[in-house]
Amino acid sequence: MTARNITEDKAFDLAQTSVRELNDWLHNGLQDDGVSHVDVLNPEGAHNIAVGINAAVTIDVRGHAGYYCAGMNKFADITIHGNVGWGVAENMMSGSVRVKGFASEAAGATGHGGLLVIEGDASLRCGISMKGIDIVVGGRVGDFSAFMAQAGTLVICGDAGDALGDSIYEAVIYVRGELKSLGADAQIEPMSDQDKQKLRGLLQRAGFDHAPEEFKRVASGRTLYHWNADANQEY
Amino acid sequence: MCGIVGLLIKNPAMRGQLGALMVPMLVQMGARGPDSAGLAVYTDELPEGERKFSLYAPDWNYDWSAFETEFAKRFVDTASGTAGGMDVAIIGNHAVLTCDESVAEVRRWVKERFPKLHVLSAGRSMDIYKDTGHPSEVAQRYGFDSLAGTHLVGHTRMATESAVTPAHAHPFTAGEDFCLVHNGSLSNPNSIRRKLEPLGIKFETDNDTEAATRFLEWRLREGDDLETAVQKGFEELDGFYTFLMGTRDQLALVRDAFGCKPAIVAETDDYVAIASEFRSLAKLPDVKNAKLFEPMPHELYIWKVQ
Repeated sequence: MTARNITEDKAFDLAQTSVRELNDWLHNGLQDDGVSHVDVLNPEGAHNIAVGINAAVTIDVRGHAGYYCAGMNKFADITIHGNVGWGVAENMMSGSVRVKGFASEAAGATGHGGLLVIEGDASLRCGISMKGIDIVVGGRVGDFSAFMAQAGTLVICGDAGDALGDSIYEAVIYVRGELKSLGADAQIEPMSDQDKQKLRGLLQRAGFDHAPEEFKRVASGRTLYHWNADANQEY
Repeated sequence: MCGIVGLLIKNPAMRGQLGALMVPMLVQMGARGPDSAGLAVYTDELPEGERKFSLYAPDWNYDWSAFETEFAKRFVDTASGTAGGMDVAIIGNHAVLTCDESVAEVRRWVKERFPKLHVLSAGRSMDIYKDTGHPSEVAQRYGFDSLAGTHLVGHTRMATESAVTPAHAHPFTAGEDFCLVHNGSLSNPNSIRRKLEPLGIKFETDNDTEAATRFLEWRLREGDDLETAVQKGFEELDGFYTFLMGTRDQLALVRDAFGCKPAIVAETDDYVAIASEFRSLAKLPDVKNAKLFEPMPHELYIWKVQ
């Protein structure tokens, strides 16, 4: 039996190769080839780069990516050295995704697990319907972020837009900057030692050195959990 | 889904390349809008007394010479025996007529004498080309890559609410030198229409974007500045939209309050480029060093020709 060379690098130049070929290889060729690191060159805003990966591999996307980059990720650690379009790391299961620039709308939407770090700003609906993912945004987030967020943690190092955490379930939000407005049923709560500990860990993993004491905790008031016939549909 | 593109050249030395820089932007947005494409290009302004009209004919081999003859006959200067400064530049089914007649009179006359011709636009600086077909074909058909000028507004269409015809392609225009392209859909175009028609404003299609165009142009004509007109638009226009508007000397962008439709801007010392997605901007010169940003919803962005 010969030892497999697991340190091999591979590069895909999207000026020469289609995204479909890249993803096909990431799904079917990666493990057989024993590659542990992949560079994706000239992404030029293409959609669906490195989606649906199911392997522990490190990927560097060298430029700006389009929609749904790193969607459905499992196990892989993916860094985008630029900005991303809508739905980065949507429905991520595990692993990590790091965006060095800014992220457009619905970053980390419906994510089940893993860590999404956006070093710049995130646009509207960041973390919409998140289901267990941890998201750390270095800058601000747009309106309706963490809308109907069910589980996981959204850390916002900058400001938050309107209707933060509207109809939130058991996800928790930590905001460091100004909070424009809370959504229905979202409320500011005191920071416990447990909150600070969790936040410290996430900030450390994301590479930000803010003190947990600078953040506010936003979570569900749980008033929308059960049907209230007397509410007269006035929320 | 539709695609929008806009380009304003800041560096006067690059104005000859306006079309060539834009074509890759438009072609990339073909994926968002494969059924039609169109473009409004702003060139040097005509003198005060002159106007140009972009005309659309029903077929590629249209007999424009009959139109020219009739036009010269009708608007002939009897003293000198020539039509004053008349010019017709033809590309297939499109022609740009330049003359010194009044907009209302030319519109009325064309409608009466050449009912099959469609007056796409009127003004002193804007030419319009729009047609059905994939954006790359439309760009080639009209030689978009050779267009020169200060700024332009382009669109790739994927029809969702009205027919695929040249008249339903964007940009839409109203008044003079004003155009608008739209990614999204409006839910109350008919109520807008019912509000404007009693004021004497005529519609040419059943398209939702035409309602927005005519509403905003009506506000501008009533004396609103662009900020005020757009503010009234926020109150009156219901639906999803990213609008990119062109005027004689500016481009303006606005997104609905929910940010339902995308937009991204790249700005360098040489140009401002606007598109639905970054991939449209990826081939622009020096875009790697451009200032890139996503316009905020419910805010008006204006770039002026310097």
